[in-house]
Amino acid sequence: MNGFEPYPEIGFMQQAWHHLAVFWSFEDINATWVLIGSLLLGMSASVIGAFAFLRKRSLLGDALAHAALPGVMMAFLLSGSRDAEVIFFGALLSSLLGFWIIDWLPKNTKIKPDAALAITLSFFFALGLMLLSYIQTSEMANKSGLDKLLFGQAAAITEDDIQLLIWVTSIVLLTVLVFFDKFRLISFNRLYAKTLGVHVKFYEVLLAIMIVLSVVVGLQLVGVVLMAAILLTPIAAARFWSHQLSTLLILAALFGAISASLGAQISYVAPAMPTGPWIVVSLSILFFISFIFAPQQGLLKRYLDYRQLKQRVVQENILRTLYKLLEREHFQRNHFTLAEITALRSVSTADLTRSIQRLIKKHLISEKSNGYSLSEEGLLKAIKLTRRHRLWESYLSQHADLNSEQVHQQAERIEHILNKEQEEQIVAELMEQLDPHGAPIPKLPSQNLRETKNK
Amino acid sequence: MSNQIPLQVEQLSIRYHHKPVLTDVSFSVPAGKTVAIIGPNGAGKSSLLKGIMGLTPVIQGNALFYGKPLAEKRLTTAYVPQREEIDWDFPIDVMDVVLMGRHGQLKFWQRPSQSDREIAEQALKDLQMWDFRERQISQLSGGQQQRVFLARALAQQASLYLMDEPFAGVDVATEKAIIELFKQLKAKGNTVVCVHHDLNTVSEYYDYVVLINSRLIAAGPTDEVLTQDNLNKTYGGRLSLLNDLTEQMYRSRLDNAHDSD
Repeated sequence: MNGFEPYPEIGFMQQAWHHLAVFWSFEDINATWVLIGSLLLGMSASVIGAFAFLRKRSLLGDALAHAALPGVMMAFLLSGSRDAEVIFFGALLSSLLGFWIIDWLPKNTKIKPDAALAITLSFFFALGLMLLSYIQTSEMANKSGLDKLLFGQAAAITEDDIQLLIWVTSIVLLTVLVFFDKFRLISFNRLYAKTLGVHVKFYEVLLAIMIVLSVVVGLQLVGVVLMAAILLTPIAAARFWSHQLSTLLILAALFGAISASLGAQISYVAPAMPTGPWIVVSLSILFFISFIFAPQQGLLKRYLDYRQLKQRVVQENILRTLYKLLEREHFQRNHFTLAEITALRSVSTADLTRSIQRLIKKHLISEKSNGYSLSEEGLLKAIKLTRRHRLWESYLSQHADLNSEQVHQQAERIEHILNKEQEEQIVAELMEQLDPHGAPIPKLPSQNLRETKNK
Repeated sequence: MSNQIPLQVEQLSIRYHHKPVLTDVSFSVPAGKTVAIIGPNGAGKSSLLKGIMGLTPVIQGNALFYGKPLAEKRLTTAYVPQREEIDWDFPIDVMDVVLMGRHGQLKFWQRPSQSDREIAEQALKDLQMWDFRERQISQLSGGQQQRVFLARALAQQASLYLMDEPFAGVDVATEKAIIELFKQLKAKGNTVVCVHHDLNTVSEYYDYVVLINSRLIAAGPTDEVLTQDNLNKTYGGRLSLLNDLTEQMYRSRLDNAHDSD
């Protein structure tokens, strides 16, 4: 043996499937507890974290999680017990103390809120670590496992913990349900809420207490250090999918629940894998997927939109170039070679031929033995574009005092976005119907018809 | 009868750290008029409104609403903040923003009722924003955003409106809508107080003017107060000795150490 064993692939996969089957049959009561715990925490933390995120107090949850540590250690030192309730109240007290300091410092000293957050966070964390090492070198009974609060240990979750989680989750979700309008009001416009006579301070403290509650029950599962991710990543991911706050909260809760169940499964199938970090990694993957693939604001969609716009611009430019050529030939010849087009418009030959193929497919131009010519439909479109280009040029030179080179540059862009109403508005405000280079502003056949009728 | 005066400001002083922003400002505003607060940049116009509304700490003085402190007259007073102070990316639609105006009347657990919705609907229609009721606020133009804010204030059904630069950076349509709103409000006997920037439009839009530059320069009917002499005083630089000495007083904490007899 050289210390290298072949990877037991088939056996491993079978084992994994087996574990997964057991996991979802809910026969292993311990695994089920972990699942329920993670789900509850994932949902409540992501909903309450959403408000911290929207109020731009994202790091508050992180600071409060760190601030809980010394309270846990003090509670253990004073009572000698590790009951879920004792730990919970210790953590609650010191988190609230931390919140009070974070709130007090910027109001009464020159310290800014971000510095107050950082100072409080590290001070409490240091205090917690100090107490932790003291406990670990002491002779106290059942001290083991306290250090797991740093990174969380879901497998060690007890029925007591779950009961507490159920309570806290219900309280948090119910509070959000009842005070949804008020929470949204103070998140959107705090000062305005004050002028309405709404008790802003009361709701702010209520929100903070809800965050503290979620953070404190999350310690056992994901630990002090990773708690911020559970609060913030779900809403950050949801933000790509919707603009409606209620939908956002539901999505965030869903993301929280999905990643929680993923984390719980993975750590059950591969026992060496920790639950908390896996929840956070799954959340980050969900965030990444949202960032790339979200239907409205995703990176992919934005890229595709941009490419479509670019293609449209190239095609419209070709149509306009063909019209210019037509004009130069006094409308006597309607077939032009690639060379004639590129002489007027600098495009790469590859782009040009590709765009021409697309234009042919749309029946805007047709290919003949002696070159390319505008179809009837293409001619209309080309007239419309040229008209808009020259209208904008005239408008700028008559109203904005720009020289003819500057107006051309601008019109090259504006021609692609002008709509009909804007076009009519320009016509109404124009004094003469020639563009600054002396070229006539073309009219669509229907417009010509209308004018001859009027005469 | 003092309780017929919608807004009375008495010796209001505001400072930022040790710098005096406003010193000893007193004036009162008549009912059923439009009132402009005018002054150069940094004169303390927005701070004055915020101080009146209790949004920024006041070191001295107070404001009375129909003869009562603000706490008793919340429901009769509506405030429109400056547009720049808002996070326009916030996930909320137009209707929900306007409904916020009803929350002063609602108990802490209550949601807006059908009649609240009808009031919000009317407010949106008054400002020609009803068609936009389901739009996200991030998708509105600057002028439309301003109209949503005005509709929200209107939904409060107040009798005194305090607005921080409602005309700043708005389009022609919005400007017309605001003027129309002023007329409607005046016709109901309501009072409008605005921080205003554009000197050219003051006499056209407002009946009454308050000129400030760190202190009160003048207050009164527009045709009497908006004189070249007063404008020179307002825009012709601050009384630097007054400001310097006031700042020195704040720094030395003399105002606390010296017993006021």
